Amino acid sequence: MIQDLVVYLVFIGYAIAVLMGFGIILTWVERKQSAVMSDRIGANRAYIRIPFTQVKLIWWGLFHGMADGMKMLLKEDFKPNSYDWYAYAVAPWVVFTPVLLVFAVIPFGGTLVPSELFSGFPAVAEWFAGKSYPMQIARLDAGLLIVFAFGGMTIIGAMLAGWSSSNKFSLLGALRAGSQMISYELIMGLTVLGLIVIYGTVDLTDIVEQQSGVLFGFLPAWGVFLQPFAATLFLAAAIAENKRIPFDLPEAESELIAGYFTEYSAMKMGLFMFAEFIEIAIIGALFTTLFLGGYNLPFMTDNGFVFPGNHVVEMSHGAVVLTQMIVFLAKVFLLCSFQILIRWTLPRFRYDQVLRFAWKFMFPLALANLVVTVVFVWALRAMGA
Amino acid sequence: MAYDRHAHRRKEYWNQPTMGVWERLYLPEIMRGIWITGGVFMRNMAKWMTGRKGALTSYYPEETRFDYAAGNRGKHVLTQRADGSGKPQCIACNMCATVCPAKVIEIDAAFDPSDAVHPKYPARFEIDYSRCIFCGLCVEACPEDAIRMVKEVPDVTARDRHAMWIGKEELLTWKPQSDVAKRYPGPGRGGAGGGRS
Repeated sequence: MIQDLVVYLVFIGYAIAVLMGFGIILTWVERKQSAVMSDRIGANRAYIRIPFTQVKLIWWGLFHGMADGMKMLLKEDFKPNSYDWYAYAVAPWVVFTPVLLVFAVIPFGGTLVPSELFSGFPAVAEWFAGKSYPMQIARLDAGLLIVFAFGGMTIIGAMLAGWSSSNKFSLLGALRAGSQMISYELIMGLTVLGLIVIYGTVDLTDIVEQQSGVLFGFLPAWGVFLQPFAATLFLAAAIAENKRIPFDLPEAESELIAGYFTEYSAMKMGLFMFAEFIEIAIIGALFTTLFLGGYNLPFMTDNGFVFPGNHVVEMSHGAVVLTQMIVFLAKVFLLCSFQILIRWTLPRFRYDQVLRFAWKFMFPLALANLVVTVVFVWALRAMGA
Repeated sequence: MAYDRHAHRRKEYWNQPTMGVWERLYLPEIMRGIWITGGVFMRNMAKWMTGRKGALTSYYPEETRFDYAAGNRGKHVLTQRADGSGKPQCIACNMCATVCPAKVIEIDAAFDPSDAVHPKYPARFEIDYSRCIFCGLCVEACPEDAIRMVKEVPDVTARDRHAMWIGKEELLTWKPQSDVAKRYPGPGRGGAGGGRS
């Protein structure tokens, strides 16, 4: 019992550290990557001076995030004369909290066996008594449904913020956010349905484990190779769900100042921004879990690598766990970087184009993808494969 | 009135974009865009990784550009006397301050009776770069070739306007002294009225 508590507290601490870390790092990555993409240098002025010396640590502008945080904490916390100050105050948290909660069901590593990990310390190993834990905060058999349930809650926060701000720009932004996010949530769900049909489960750990095999002898059995079409649609819908360019209609700064969080200042506005950056990481983690095999590397098992032709590379349990965690983080980071690449490449849609794109382009495609998948799976089953 | 389903048809413009099937498919064009921006990213990143500069912009106060035109009117300098004393050629006549359209030059004249050749000199010579318009009229007005403009721009990034004044000490840091036009008679040859030869 107490062992479980210790392990899960460590998992929770790791998850929070990862998400916060991504939130902070991504502000920097977004600045620097956009700068490099457009032949600029990017943020490089904030520094930390080592006390009592003249040594200034600039580290390629890495401390700009800290400067931002200080600025947001110290700025005037402006409050509009709103008729509904309670909703106004609670809205940033309604946006921020579900984003963190989604990570609870995402597996960020394989199976952890503490007694093997601490085999050098017999007392600790004995205490854990050979128990094994899937590296995930909550292993729920409704994993994917939980993801969509919590993902859908951010809409409420955006709507609350817009309604309670007593501001026309906020209201317009909230209306846009509502229609856009609900439309794209539907498409996200539909694209994932194809995967559920193939894997026959919504348990994310199961889904990841089923992706650890090999297709046709050489391709890793990742979802992106089984459902390339759904992967593309899912990523597009997820970016739209996160309200980033090219789908940033709810906060289009050239039209609506800042959209639904126009009236938010200081750290409350910071929460909205932070939630957006963490959601980039969450989308990356979800996409990794569903389509890129999660923590799996091609040909990797829980004991090491097995390459075609039966070349076996044995690895210790600690090395395997570490590799899996690093592989997961690397995949998530690459996807975050890809989302930032998209954000700095494409111009914004018009509002009517966003909805037409959702309902007349992506929705039929997602439905077609689902139908084809279902027929294909049914045919395979009927043939007894 | 019956509903006219063409009433809301949009007007056709002469530069109406024509999109083929390939463009309408949407995804290929997006991939092309990402290919372009990603290529730029990779190219610049490779430069940064190998220790070169992958950007077109420059670090402003630290990096001054090397390709200023030869005749660029940048920072002012006070020329120094050819005798190597390091004193300014300026005779504190106030002509530059008078002609200056932005009124940025302030001169306090002083008198040194022991210096027979050049008794009148500026005790204080300051230029307010927050207002200077770099027109070069002071250089043209100077009868003694005492003030010139070099092609490099002044380093006046500051947090308030009081820090944007440049005084005599800094204006006198211009080192090449050999080409100053005005020649002085040596201390032994000339008199008090001695000037150009």
